[in-house]
Amino acid sequence: MHGMVNRALQGFVTATYGPELWAEVRSQACLPFDDFEAMLHYPDALTLTCFDAACHVLHKHPNALLEDIGTWLVTDPHLEPLRRLMRFSGASFLDFLLSLDELGDRGRLAVPDLDLPRIELERLDPSSFRIRAQWRLPGIGPILMGCLRAMADDYGALAYLRLDGIEGGTECLHVQLLDTAFARGRGFELGRGVA
Amino acid sequence: MITRNPAPVAMPVIALSGGTLDLLMPMHLRADARGRVVQAGPTLLKMAGQGDLAGLSLFDLVEIRRPARAETLSALMALAGQRIGLVLRATPHLALRGALVPLPGDAGLILDLSLGLSFARAVAEFGLTLNDFSPCDQTVDMLYLHEANISTMALSRHLSHRLQAARARAEAQALTDPLTGLANRRAMDIEIARALDDPMPDFALMQIDLDHFKAINDSLGHAAGDAVLEWVGRVLREHLRAGDVAGRVGGDEFLVLLRDPDGSDSLARVAARLIALIETPVPFGGQLCRISASIGIAAWAGYAERPDINRLLADVDAALYTAKRAGRGRCVLHQPGAPRPRRRAGDPPPMGLEPAPPRPGD
Repeated sequence: MHGMVNRALQGFVTATYGPELWAEVRSQACLPFDDFEAMLHYPDALTLTCFDAACHVLHKHPNALLEDIGTWLVTDPHLEPLRRLMRFSGASFLDFLLSLDELGDRGRLAVPDLDLPRIELERLDPSSFRIRAQWRLPGIGPILMGCLRAMADDYGALAYLRLDGIEGGTECLHVQLLDTAFARGRGFELGRGVA
Repeated sequence: MITRNPAPVAMPVIALSGGTLDLLMPMHLRADARGRVVQAGPTLLKMAGQGDLAGLSLFDLVEIRRPARAETLSALMALAGQRIGLVLRATPHLALRGALVPLPGDAGLILDLSLGLSFARAVAEFGLTLNDFSPCDQTVDMLYLHEANISTMALSRHLSHRLQAARARAEAQALTDPLTGLANRRAMDIEIARALDDPMPDFALMQIDLDHFKAINDSLGHAAGDAVLEWVGRVLREHLRAGDVAGRVGGDEFLVLLRDPDGSDSLARVAARLIALIETPVPFGGQLCRISASIGIAAWAGYAERPDINRLLADVDAALYTAKRAGRGRCVLHQPGAPRPRRRAGDPPPMGLEPAPPRPGD
């Protein structure tokens, strides 16, 4: 798995629970180095071992941990550049949802060898959507749910999200968009990132 | 390929509302036959930042720079269909791009603009948002890519900084001379200090300096010099006892720590054997490199009281220098109480040889 994915797991555990907890995860997973490097690649098995160790050390259900990681990716102040890149997808949460199928291409523009999930969006009625996501590791559903909940918040939209089962290797989500202008949301100035 | 000519006569003329033009070209200007602004797209209005533009002269608003300056309406009309380089007069440092079409029936013109390569600064300075661009305009994607690049470059830079730092740390901690595979200076200092700290120390320190090494380096090149050094490394690795430690501590200088030496006669025999092995010609590039070695020795047994490491190194160095002065290719054992000649850089070769100091093992 790409180093960014592994780095996200390490970053989440370190930022949320502290470096000692990560050290414990590392030692349980018998990780042969201190830190994942964002720009390198690692065997999938190593990613899974670390994830299992993290669930064990933190006493968390895998889905809960994955969802927390998804939320953290959008909300951690140190990951502001990532949040900004996400906000480029659309001017409103609805636009953002409707451009989710571009996420893979968008990711590859930023990091050409990054393997992002394939996402399809089906509009069930004007305000509800079914999202199907496929990735090379299991767990994209809860990650995406955490991430989308945080993005709805970021845009100031009110949305209800739930996991909607797994079909084959495809993980499904259901999104009910209740209010696109529920709160002010966080700012996004287009030109601020590079000025 | 876009045709550079106005629409052919046969094409039907279509009517578009101002609202449609705003949607398709949020950065356009429409001017009448006298060059007065009739309408401006919402994004351009925002960029100009001076409210309603209607009635203003086009040339008060923009400055046409490429392909040529145009300050009259007819000069501007001549640029129809070409790529136009221009700026807003209010922001002359932000280069924009434009394309112009004359409207049929001498009804004026439309000048559509884009941010060109100054897009990143322009978006920031004009305070533009995602809604200010046509969905077909990829400026926002360019901006996304620009930000993504900055982030990933920062990650790459961090990675190479960390790798550099790790390498520096590893080198600082290294104990091996990479060329010869022997210990390095740092490792030898540690070994000597450990030998001196031994409650029942018994060791000898040997300093080896290659003779004629500089001549090999100068005449046959550094690669030949390296081949000779590797040979010496091999001699020392293969012909010392398991407890002994050999290190390369300078360009062509070596130290050997011999544990539990069996008296000065034995030391002299070891030294003579090493010199003979080092003198074996080393083939390099079809030639034979011939060197020799001078050796100075200081043995623990020769000291009445425990010397410190600096004293020991000075004594062994002095013995080596005596060996060099005595004609090279030989070894000298440090005699406690003997005067210690100072070695100086660029010492001339000895002229009339002084009486040779005693040579153990003779």
